[in-house]
Amino acid sequence: MFSARTLRTATLATAVVALTSGAALAQKKYDTGASDTEIKIGNVMPYSGPASAYGVIGKTEEAYFRMINDQGGINGRKVNFVTYDDAYSPPKAVEQVRKLVESDEVLFVFNPLGTPSNTAVQKYLNAKKIPQLFVATGATKWNDPKNFPWTMGWQPSYQSEAQIYAKWLLKEKPNAKVAILYQNDDFGKDYLKGTKDGLGAKAASMIILEESHEISEPSIDSHIVKIKAANPDVLLIYTTPKFGAQTIKKTAELTWKPLQIITNVSASVGSVMKPAGFENAQGVLSAAYAKDAADPQWNDDPGMKKWSAFIDKYMPGADKTDGGYVYGYGVAQTLAKVLQMCGDDLTRANVMKQAASLKDFTPDTLLPGVKINTSPADFAPVSQLQMMRFKGEKWELFGDIISGDIAAD
Amino acid sequence: MSAIENVAPEDQPVEAVPKRAMTIGSGTSFVVLLLLLIVPLFAKNFIIFQLTMLLIYGLAVLALNILTGGSGQFSLGQSAFYAVGAYTTAVLMEHLNINYALTLPIAGLVCFAFGFLFGQPALRLSGVYLALATFALATAMPQLLKLNFLEHWTGGVQGLVVTKPDAPFGLPMSQDMWLYYFTLAITLAIYIFSVNLLRSRSGRAFMAIRDNEIAASAMGVDVALYKTLAFGVSAGITGVAGGLGAIAVQFVAPDSYTITLAISLFLGMVVGGVGWLPGSIIGSAFIIFVPNIAEGISKGLSGAVFGVLLFLIIFLVPHGARQIAIVGQQLIGKLRKN
Repeated sequence: MFSARTLRTATLATAVVALTSGAALAQKKYDTGASDTEIKIGNVMPYSGPASAYGVIGKTEEAYFRMINDQGGINGRKVNFVTYDDAYSPPKAVEQVRKLVESDEVLFVFNPLGTPSNTAVQKYLNAKKIPQLFVATGATKWNDPKNFPWTMGWQPSYQSEAQIYAKWLLKEKPNAKVAILYQNDDFGKDYLKGTKDGLGAKAASMIILEESHEISEPSIDSHIVKIKAANPDVLLIYTTPKFGAQTIKKTAELTWKPLQIITNVSASVGSVMKPAGFENAQGVLSAAYAKDAADPQWNDDPGMKKWSAFIDKYMPGADKTDGGYVYGYGVAQTLAKVLQMCGDDLTRANVMKQAASLKDFTPDTLLPGVKINTSPADFAPVSQLQMMRFKGEKWELFGDIISGDIAAD
Repeated sequence: MSAIENVAPEDQPVEAVPKRAMTIGSGTSFVVLLLLLIVPLFAKNFIIFQLTMLLIYGLAVLALNILTGGSGQFSLGQSAFYAVGAYTTAVLMEHLNINYALTLPIAGLVCFAFGFLFGQPALRLSGVYLALATFALATAMPQLLKLNFLEHWTGGVQGLVVTKPDAPFGLPMSQDMWLYYFTLAITLAIYIFSVNLLRSRSGRAFMAIRDNEIAASAMGVDVALYKTLAFGVSAGITGVAGGLGAIAVQFVAPDSYTITLAISLFLGMVVGGVGWLPGSIIGSAFIIFVPNIAEGISKGLSGAVFGVLLFLIIFLVPHGARQIAIVGQQLIGKLRKN
């Protein structure tokens, strides 16, 4: 009897051990940078140098993960967010990313900012099979899962935004005579390509003039005069904020009233519409994917209330009209979601797998109806925008949420 | 103009460094070389990469040191030569499939020609005016690299991704380690060349011009030729450094070679000691590691911390690492006597 009980206990104990260890094997899997208590994430940002204004994004992300940790972390693990300054210099970015990977031994690199910096480390990270997750640039080339399965973007690409304008034009003004003013760099050219692709067969007949300008030109007035002479009735403005303001102002001075569509990059009320003159900017069109913290219509929005409470608590004194705080919150929230989905399988492969299986995820700061969707063939998380029209002193959203998914060539 | 020229020799901007004081003793050199040879064997790849960058920036600082410490001419435009070298290497490697080792002498020659030609108009300028002219070159370079008709070759704003070479003959070492020893060999060769150059007739001519241009020309030194030659040699070495940098970083883009780089190299030269060639490596260590230290102290104020550190160095040891080296040597001398 005694021996029978011992046997029974022993059997039970063995069974329990076998069961739990089996469960542990199935669940807990780690790559470098993850453990039972911690997930280590690397990031590079231009905290100094010419693009240091974007540094607030890194600070917001740092604060966001501080909040997550205060709430108990993700699946019981604290997030250790290591962020370094790359001064917007590609060689420095390579050095800092290598430091993150080889010295700090992070699980993956999250939201590094800038097209040049990301291009500089893309090959390295892909060769080492380390996720380069949610890069902070709008170039189209990040959505290329076939050639770069370890790199993923986040915000809508410039080309998909341009396609949305093209789709809108085809529907609302199919007989328009379109002139395109674009900045002569990759940013401008991405928009140009997106527009042509979106217009498709009608591109040749609809576009009557493509005018480019250099970012180094002090004023682009002469280009506007030239465009006016061609007499188009739609003007697409694919340029950076300073020139966007100049364009809107100059067309008004020429008492010329074409339909103007301006890129989301230059849609800021404070730095474009106001300097251009609100009376000149009436009726200008653009598109957006995130809520504007300066817009009073979101004052009672639950998502923006959460955002506002977060800023007040974790980043007191921050200038809430800076779009970087909204952006950083949104992208950090997306990452938190991915890590949550990873569960106890914190391998690099699983992080990429989960990042590529987001279904209808909606961060607090995106426009109502804009949803994040990814798949193994779609590495473009945010690809929807909504058109908006400038009225009074703010943007008014109109129409449906439009999708502009495209892959890199 | 004449007033400036008359004032210039008295108000000597670059201190006259005797040529013996430009190098270090053979014993010390041997120890440093041994360290440079052995340390990578025990370091992580990331550290090896940083050491490679240390040597590369060291070369670029050395080049500036020859120009400023040797011939007494200022340049804030070294980033332009560095960029030309980097792009030459990248374009040759990626578009024409030329072996990386062969692209370096080409990069050096292209930059030598570029520097020599730039030296011609620069001859008319001296001191701060020359610094300004080279400054203009450095600001113009990133924009020139973005030009449309060059885009097919340079990749425009996107830059060019460069393939990192594997170790040859199946040597059992990582890419980083191979590149480090490759860079070390080139650095040594150029360092020995530079030391010998400054000890040669040409070197004496450089220094005569630096110390007193009028006296030098009275002695029969072809001032115009040697000034442009100094520019050419300096640009050529910077170009080789740029080419190596492109291979090590595996990427070239206009944003990599802004005026910030030129100022960093200038800083490196001053911190290392103007006219003291071994100081180039110390200056290079300063521009690579001190910003990281400053960032570690305060992320938001990294620039300010860097400024304070720099100010302290200039204030406490105005002659840079050379001053510390001299003090150290004297101490050792005293100890030996005791």
